[in-house]
Amino acid sequence: MKYLDEYRDGDVAARIVAEMRRIQTRPWVLMEVCGGQTHSIVKNGLDQLLPEGVELVHGPGCPVCVTPLEMIDRAHAIARLPNVIFCSFGDMLRVPGSDGDLFTIKSEGGDVRVVYSPLDCLKIARANPAKQVVFFAIGFETTAPANAMLAWRAREEKLNNVSLLVSHVLVPPALEAILASPENRVQGFLGPGHVCAVMGYGEYLPISANYKVPIVITGFEPLDILEGVLMTVKQLEEGRAVVENQYSRILDQTGNLPAQKLIGKVFEVSDRKWRGIGTIPHSGYRLRQEFAAHDAEKLFDVADILTLEPEICISGEILRGIKKPHDCPAFATLCDPQHPLGATMVSAEGACAAYYAYGRHLKPQGAGKLHQIAPDLAPASAGAALVSGGRA
Amino acid sequence: MCLAIPGKVIDTYDQNGLRMARVQFGGITREACLEYVPETKTGEYVLVHVGFAISKVDEAEAERTYQALKELDQLSELESPFVEDFQDSDTAVLIPPAKGSSGNEIP
Repeated sequence: MKYLDEYRDGDVAARIVAEMRRIQTRPWVLMEVCGGQTHSIVKNGLDQLLPEGVELVHGPGCPVCVTPLEMIDRAHAIARLPNVIFCSFGDMLRVPGSDGDLFTIKSEGGDVRVVYSPLDCLKIARANPAKQVVFFAIGFETTAPANAMLAWRAREEKLNNVSLLVSHVLVPPALEAILASPENRVQGFLGPGHVCAVMGYGEYLPISANYKVPIVITGFEPLDILEGVLMTVKQLEEGRAVVENQYSRILDQTGNLPAQKLIGKVFEVSDRKWRGIGTIPHSGYRLRQEFAAHDAEKLFDVADILTLEPEICISGEILRGIKKPHDCPAFATLCDPQHPLGATMVSAEGACAAYYAYGRHLKPQGAGKLHQIAPDLAPASAGAALVSGGRA
Repeated sequence: MCLAIPGKVIDTYDQNGLRMARVQFGGITREACLEYVPETKTGEYVLVHVGFAISKVDEAEAERTYQALKELDQLSELESPFVEDFQDSDTAVLIPPAKGSSGNEIP
């Protein structure tokens, strides 16, 4: 396919890696922000192509992962109601709450529907005027224009049976939370390409300047990611820390102004709780007061549902780049995609789920590099696997 | 979740007051909302996320980036230090790599 296949060329990938080897003089820790990038990296084994010492840690940019468990439980409480058609993106259906997932609810007779676009909810609402159509509006800035359009059109068309359960998160405050932590290891970021397609990258300029950290806005195909790593390593080697744009075929500094305008009309910035991390100030969107009639948290009595996470899960440290999936004793033992204990295992784009899906728990080559740098982080089982030929 | 795929706009139309398009991704055609890239014309490529075009693909930039990547190794050879055989010459020189002048840096 055009604009995809060109960016999957193995020969060009080898050239980028060769250039990286030529310029790199010491170890660097880079974080890819977006879950889609994590998935592409693990799927294509890109982290294993990198020169020794260039390490990728996996960021918090998977909205399915960071949606708090209590928000999942609130969604399930609404989806179980008899008069509700509960609509969601497919990714959310398998995410378990305290008591089953949306598929369980559907199998028990709940009306749960997967939608391709939030606009599908308008069609469902028009066809079912006696039912309440509730949409689980999760996502980062990338998804905000689509979800904002649903709220906007519902109000314009006076479709009073449409509401949104909003759990929207924002990237820049999460990056600041990572950088401000005394435990931070991240020296450079691959910025979130599709978030910036909507928002531009102006917001990242002060973060890069204040924390003296290179941020390279990066795409999702293998060559995009390798070039993003190369550009970041180049900045680090040259002692520079600026925002650069690898994904120039898709975005510029301004982003999508019509989308930003509608987001601003529908949503306002609010504090948000992130699964595995906790509450980050000003890190999400909620519906503006003008859209209260379409706010599912106000329409349904679910705000007091609170849920605690399993204590063994280290997803918070993984999301902040402090640890990797292999450092968790529960990884692929107590915790797998069918029985996830926490954020990074619940969605295919979570770091733990990606490691599991591509067999890293069977033959953890990727962990070898980390364990050479920080051997004390290696759990006994992963260490043993490595000794028995993990890097073969 | 932030997955977005580039596709070709086949035709555009109005649906309940929204600007929509049929967009082709390889062998699959799906509907997408064009409200956020209203200037898009038939035949152009857009990046689609959850049924919304969020950006137009800049064809010139795509070509430029790809060519720059393809030329990377030839250019990096030019950047390598050039060593004259100073054993036999009075004009021995070590030319450093010409940083930033290679044209393969993406601004």
